[in-house]
Amino acid sequence: MSASGVPGGAPGILNEQAIEEKGEHARMSSFVGAMAIADLVKTTLGPKGMDKILQSMGRGEAVTVTNDGATILKSIYVDNPAAKVLVDISKVQDAEVGDGTTSVVVLAGELLRQAENLINMKIHPMTIIAGFREAAECGRNAIEARAMNNSSDSARFREDLMNVARTTLSSKFLTQDKEHFANLAVDAVMRLGDAPSLESIHILKKPGGDLTKSFLDEGFILDKKIGVGQPKRIEDAKILVANTPMDTDKIKIYGARVRVDSMAKVSDIEKAEKDKMKDKVDKIIAHGCNVFINRQLIYNYPEELFADAGIMAIEHADFDGIERLASVTGGEICSTFDHPEDVKLGSCKLIEEIMIGEEKLIHFSGVELGAACTVVLRGASLHLLDEAERSLHDALCVLQQTVKDRRVIHGGGCPEMVMSKAIDELAQRTPGKRAIAMEAFSKALRAIPTIICDNAGLDSADLVYQLRFCHAVPGSAMGIDVLEGKVGDMQDCGIFESFRVKEQVLLSATEAAEMILRVDDVINNSARVQTMGTGIHDSSTCLGL
Amino acid sequence: MSLAFDEYGRPFIIVKEQGQKSRVKGLEAQKQNILAARAIARTLRSSLGPKGMDKMLQTGDGDVTITNDGATILEQMEVENQIGKLLVELSRSQDHEIGDGTTGVVVLAGSLLEQAEGLLDKGIHPLRIAEGYEMASKIAVKRLEEISDVFEYGVDDYEPLVKTCMTTLSSKIVGRCKRSMAEMCVKAVLAVADLERKDVNMDLIKLEGKVGGKLEDTRLVHGIVLDKDISHPQMDKEIKDAKIAILTCPFEPPKPKTKHKVDIDTAEKYEQLRECEQKYFSEMVDQCKESGANLIVCQWGFDDEANHLLMNHKLPAIRWVGGVELELLAIATGGRIVPRFKELTAAKLGSAGTVKEVSFGTTKDKMVVIEDCANSKAVTIFIRGGNKMMVDEVKRSLHDAICVARNLIRSNRIVYGGGSAEITCSLAVEKAANEVPGIEQYAFRAFADALEAVPIALAENSGLDPIESLTAVKSRQVQEENPYLGIDCNEEGTNDMKKQNVFETMIGKRQQVLLATQVVKMILKIDDVISPAAYQ
Repeated sequence: MSASGVPGGAPGILNEQAIEEKGEHARMSSFVGAMAIADLVKTTLGPKGMDKILQSMGRGEAVTVTNDGATILKSIYVDNPAAKVLVDISKVQDAEVGDGTTSVVVLAGELLRQAENLINMKIHPMTIIAGFREAAECGRNAIEARAMNNSSDSARFREDLMNVARTTLSSKFLTQDKEHFANLAVDAVMRLGDAPSLESIHILKKPGGDLTKSFLDEGFILDKKIGVGQPKRIEDAKILVANTPMDTDKIKIYGARVRVDSMAKVSDIEKAEKDKMKDKVDKIIAHGCNVFINRQLIYNYPEELFADAGIMAIEHADFDGIERLASVTGGEICSTFDHPEDVKLGSCKLIEEIMIGEEKLIHFSGVELGAACTVVLRGASLHLLDEAERSLHDALCVLQQTVKDRRVIHGGGCPEMVMSKAIDELAQRTPGKRAIAMEAFSKALRAIPTIICDNAGLDSADLVYQLRFCHAVPGSAMGIDVLEGKVGDMQDCGIFESFRVKEQVLLSATEAAEMILRVDDVINNSARVQTMGTGIHDSSTCLGL
Repeated sequence: MSLAFDEYGRPFIIVKEQGQKSRVKGLEAQKQNILAARAIARTLRSSLGPKGMDKMLQTGDGDVTITNDGATILEQMEVENQIGKLLVELSRSQDHEIGDGTTGVVVLAGSLLEQAEGLLDKGIHPLRIAEGYEMASKIAVKRLEEISDVFEYGVDDYEPLVKTCMTTLSSKIVGRCKRSMAEMCVKAVLAVADLERKDVNMDLIKLEGKVGGKLEDTRLVHGIVLDKDISHPQMDKEIKDAKIAILTCPFEPPKPKTKHKVDIDTAEKYEQLRECEQKYFSEMVDQCKESGANLIVCQWGFDDEANHLLMNHKLPAIRWVGGVELELLAIATGGRIVPRFKELTAAKLGSAGTVKEVSFGTTKDKMVVIEDCANSKAVTIFIRGGNKMMVDEVKRSLHDAICVARNLIRSNRIVYGGGSAEITCSLAVEKAANEVPGIEQYAFRAFADALEAVPIALAENSGLDPIESLTAVKSRQVQEENPYLGIDCNEEGTNDMKKQNVFETMIGKRQQVLLATQVVKMILKIDDVISPAAYQ
């Protein structure tokens, strides 16, 4: 519908290519867009969720295989504005808690699906929003009451963490080796203490071997090579971490240039340059270090000097690597070397070259900051490793959140049923139209276990209503046991999720649904010149993979 | 010259000499203008009031904005029509002057034009309508002043202010936690307000947003939040009793403006240059250190070497801080912006209680929070929200609320909302109409009808029967002689806006009536539209 379609034939108000959709049309196009996105990722939900292949349009046509909601949504080109809202919440979920990226989109989509029915019943969107808000609050309280905090008992807390990690991993690619990876992830996070920062966990991908060969290394592994002719193994290393040019020092004074009139002078300057470098190296050596790691290149000449002094020199560690190394070894990142007494050197017990597969890596063990560790992922192909990294990252994020928040709840659709029940009860006590919205909210929540069942090829209608029956008893911990294909006790199955993640999913999804519901007018401004020809299209179908 | 008809049967003249122009004349021009203005007003109409809906706007680049702020909608709509642009300007000027009521003013203008169309059909000359509107608007404003209340508040008793801000926020997406948001806005405004002069410098209130977290995590910082991190990962992340050097000179060797070349032709000169270079850096850092600063905030970047030297001297630094933030920082910390290292002295340093680098979520995003500044006049509201659109919308909503609080401090006269003021004014104008001799009488009546557009839109958006509720309220206003009766949008069971605590600033409402009338007069006076034909 274009702007010039105003009755009476008003002159074009907006830019010629702008499209305005009003009222029902606007709502419909945003609902359709949002639900299309939700349906797109829906099939990846749950332990039996399927993966998607994403092929990049750019050069190289890189292929990604994943079932991580955020990764899928990030990579697809979306034109519908409402769909963009959903993509956005998924990204935020990823940034904020790291997991639940699919659930949040699916839940928002289900909420909108329910809202659409209500709008067809001529209920005002604001009434629906009011009902949704109350329902979300009630649901949050309901699961908060069910959240368990075992942090006082370290053995049980570890078991909780293991369960959470297993649950997260089971919906991912690593599901076959979930025990192995759950152990790995929990160990890594537990090492970090009470306020874990994922930056000190380094994930290294090395093709070759198989997934079970992946391991957690308690030191730090740097994917670099040691300079030629330098010691390959150093005990009680004193490490100087630096960020300084070790090729030629550029002259930083503006407008300076070298101009000579004879060949003799060229060699003079060359010598001066060389002296300058030698000076620098001497200064570095004067720090008393026996390992020198630089973020930038180290040229042959200084490398040779280091080799002469028996110092291990490692070049080209990227910035992340340097920062991590500095924090791990407790040294500081140097760029000037005039005051050796002020500089704190990093230290570690042993540095050695190790082989993983066919590649040589540098291994730092016995580092000062005991918390840091490296996870080395092995696998048959890079795609596989990428997906494994994403899965492990999700698991680590969830564990980090759990360690911070310390509360866990049952998984497998159990919290959804708890919320749905609480909201249904609330709806019965609420007079007026808002109650319909609440009921719709509870229905949307029940859609989550339904989708999990559907994805696993189970009889969803039967199972979900069996589950509902079980939850009629207060305090029931029943949920869908996808592996067995029946309703089971989540406590026995050991399916747990982080409370923080669940809470965030609920709140973000409600917020997003609310935003989309509030819209009654979509104005699509003209695309920029390069897409002039395709300025007009039905935005509801513009969902390209 | 030739005459042609377009597809709607409207005649238009093609001027041969000016083949590139299209032209509309006389009554036709006025009708066309009115139509355009009404179309714009219609778009905004549904965003009015606490139950108003949002608009979703997508720019050519694919960025999505969701908002119900009239000024933002119109600005992003990329209106092409000339009359449409006038309305965009109208909304913008309301935004700049008052900051709130940007939707209402457009709706009112649209409705005034709609009524004028009817009068034009009766054959009344547009200028007479314009004059009638002008006179009627004076009566409406007079009535507004009559019914306005003086609003009592104190620095400690800011509850009434909070309530007003809540009214503004209730129509926005932040309605869920309007209470805490409103409190924040009021505190922010009071913190920077100059109560003696009754003025608020809006530049001192900064709205900073970061995607992630919940709305509830939004907080008021008595200081400044910089979206930057500390330049070296190993510098102190928390500084107590910070003495801040605010620099606009880069940590680099000087770059004279005049073109010059330094020629190096011997090894000695090369050596010299090298020493010189090192001296620059160490001097700069020494100068900072000597002044007693323990935090450097710099507008420019610095070299790795400088960075390390600073860290070596235990001088945390923040680089690439924008000009606006720098100024704000200078105001807040009471420091001076120093353009040369030489001029750095202890007196020119700003001071702050704590400076902290905080990180968010699982990403590496970091921000620097500067609190307990020497001059706590600058405040920042730090907004968190589920997604980018949310954060942007919250920013806009809080801006509106802050504007309302500011207006109340400027002038503490209020009128009641919910359409009650419009209904009273309408009644007053209608009453006055009968005493007006001449054609203007019709314009008066039209004006009175137009004012009713606001309560009608409110009722419509709230899902009430618009005509029924309007007539009910109107008759009650006359019978009970209570000008505070309005539309009960939130279904709280009472029509008395005084009891519902729904109010708006008097100046805001007055501005709405005056601005809308002005623009309508302007549009009515146009009788010829000449525009270049669309580009081929």
